[in-house]
Amino acid sequence: MNIKKATFKGGTHLSYNKELTSGLNVETSIPPEEIILPVSMHIGAPAKPIVEVGDKVKMGQKVAEATGFVSVPIHSSVSGEVIAIEPRLHPNGQKVLSIIIKNDMLDTPDENMHPNSDYKNLDSKEILNIIKEAGIVGLGGATFPTHVKLSIPEGKKVEYLILNAAECEAYLTNDDALMMTNSDDIIKGLEIVMYVLGIDKAYIGIEDNKKDAIEKMAKSAQALNVDIYCLATKYPQGSEKHIIKAISGREVPSGKLPIDVGCVVLNVATAKAIKEAVIDGKPLIERIATITGHGIKTPKRMLIRIGTPIEHVLAQCGGFTDAEKFILGGPMMGISHFSSDTPVIKGGSGFLLLNEKEIDLSESNDCIRCGKCVSACPMRLLPLMISNASVNNDFEKAEKYNAMDCIECGACSYVCPAKRMLVSNMRVAKREITAIRKEKAALAEAKAKEAKN
Amino acid sequence: MDKLFIVSSSPHIRSNVTTQKIMRDVLIALTPAMVAGIIYFGTRALYLTVICVITCVLTEWVYEKLMHKKSTINDLSAAVTGVLLAFNLPASASWWIAFIGSIFAILIVKQIFGGIGHNFVNPALAARAFLMTCWGVRMTGGAFIPIDAVTSATPLGILKEKLAESLPSYINLFLGTNVYGCIGEVSKLALLIGGIYLICRKVITWKIPVVYIGTVFILSLIFGQDPLFHILAGGLFLGAIFMATDYTTSPITPKGQIIYAVGCGLLTVMIRLYGAYPEGVSYSILLMNVAAPLIDRYSKPRVFGIQKVKKLKKKSEVI
Repeated sequence: MNIKKATFKGGTHLSYNKELTSGLNVETSIPPEEIILPVSMHIGAPAKPIVEVGDKVKMGQKVAEATGFVSVPIHSSVSGEVIAIEPRLHPNGQKVLSIIIKNDMLDTPDENMHPNSDYKNLDSKEILNIIKEAGIVGLGGATFPTHVKLSIPEGKKVEYLILNAAECEAYLTNDDALMMTNSDDIIKGLEIVMYVLGIDKAYIGIEDNKKDAIEKMAKSAQALNVDIYCLATKYPQGSEKHIIKAISGREVPSGKLPIDVGCVVLNVATAKAIKEAVIDGKPLIERIATITGHGIKTPKRMLIRIGTPIEHVLAQCGGFTDAEKFILGGPMMGISHFSSDTPVIKGGSGFLLLNEKEIDLSESNDCIRCGKCVSACPMRLLPLMISNASVNNDFEKAEKYNAMDCIECGACSYVCPAKRMLVSNMRVAKREITAIRKEKAALAEAKAKEAKN
Repeated sequence: MDKLFIVSSSPHIRSNVTTQKIMRDVLIALTPAMVAGIIYFGTRALYLTVICVITCVLTEWVYEKLMHKKSTINDLSAAVTGVLLAFNLPASASWWIAFIGSIFAILIVKQIFGGIGHNFVNPALAARAFLMTCWGVRMTGGAFIPIDAVTSATPLGILKEKLAESLPSYINLFLGTNVYGCIGEVSKLALLIGGIYLICRKVITWKIPVVYIGTVFILSLIFGQDPLFHILAGGLFLGAIFMATDYTTSPITPKGQIIYAVGCGLLTVMIRLYGAYPEGVSYSILLMNVAAPLIDRYSKPRVFGIQKVKKLKKKSEVI
């Protein structure tokens, strides 16, 4: 075990506001009266319900199964009765088919959960299957099915397995909390992943504002061949591409995946979930989330069951005061939602209630070409040029300025003194460029067909 | 769920830096030089600055009112232009020179091209060039010299005209004592304090001023001149710290800023040594302002994850 230092070029410093929750103990949320489980809590095909209204379910029981390779099942986080299967408001802003389960407060565990005290008796395929069946997805917020990420395509080799504990988002401290309480589990999970991938070395990246967590992780990882990197506290250090750059020195080529440069990045919470699934036989039915912001009475860090209505969680934090914005995830990349009447889903790392002071609603002014966005952009783009091209509907120009490489981290909008909506404009450009590309491809295909005939 | 929250695109938090705060920092950074100007040239320096600032702000306000545009006088950029223009005037200039120059700077150079962020040359410098062309005698040479003065020219003027007078000492040049020049350019110490303040406040980076001044130093050394004299004399510090770093008219790419600053330095030395004017800071910055968009175009940084940008470009050109 070694401790090293590293970072990437560019980026910016945020007003982190992590002190709202950073010292607090992790509280366990009171189980709710009923849970709402949307069939789509991951990237990929939505799961298919395998229970019916009136069915009795147990805690940890599979209630919806995966439909395809890039899909994961969903498990009940309480025991009780299915009372409805109907569309409900999803944190993505739309209504999504959800399984609603009434909690009988008994927490009767499902008999299908098999602990495996020695994972080395299993081969990597079996472990991947356990990971898939446990419904594990990337818990950093992207919710990409973990078994897909760990199924390395043929011809590719993993050289860098990186555990992402940077937690570069402002306000959020849930990964920090997890490292303080479950560092042994995280390291065990990492060991399992190393075994699955057949590698003997791993890397852990933690921002240097989490000194205690670094110490804790170093202690747990003592016996393991692991390099712990203290990364400079800079946004977006936890971006997959940038933690790879900081630790391995490699750049993920434009339009390619980390595995193309021999890297796999996992969030710490995902590693912990893998340990629980493989060793304890427990599916992914709870997670730690940060409930914070100046718009909530008592900010907390809580262990919450998946499917718990957010209102129920907020009530335990004393409810909100003068909150103007409700954000799922961090303030830089999270999604704002008009209502808090949604459930806690697998990717729900944070629930932010920000008051008017925290959210800057001032109007956009003219760009003064200060170039602050250029020095903040971790992708070394020229955000002001892309944004201007996008505003003028010149998407060809936006494409020339590499708009498609934007990772939407928000650093440019954050630093902009003229308060321009740079990321928003960039998103428009990306959407339009994708549409134009699709159109062109369809046209080319039609032409090819015509030529054939 | 009776309360509906505000929905918008991320990021949901913003830094507290605003255009107005940046401009306020520039004004604060200009204060030491203003004080030095008042000490060396008397209240007339203050009087001209006040005229410039008021005229600039008023021009902007009136124009935007007439054009039914949102007033931008609160962002303080017009006030900065006013101070910078005044700093480029001799203390003996008449009030109407300041007045006309200010209107030219804001109306012709800034507003007609679209207001803040859209002008392609620095308004204060363009106005100075305009005034020099129209009223050359009132703007240069003798205009700097008070009636009861012992010397008869600015330091660079002495050098250019090969006058018999001795050049002022480095310490006099640095402090601005017994040296003639424009209101804001004489005390390098005051300008340096302002520059360090701007760098500390992250309003500007060290790149443009240091590279600009460094280029002048090295080139004058190469051309067999006294490099220290060349960097301390004239308006180099004012230009390098406050004018060349103007956001709107300087390149935005890190590499571009270096090229731009080297270009400014090169032109300044060329004008000083081979041009008709004793001083070349304002013209070299104006010329490089015009070149800034071009520099930006050819100095795009290498995008993360994209190697060999040039080869790809060539290929696409062939296709």
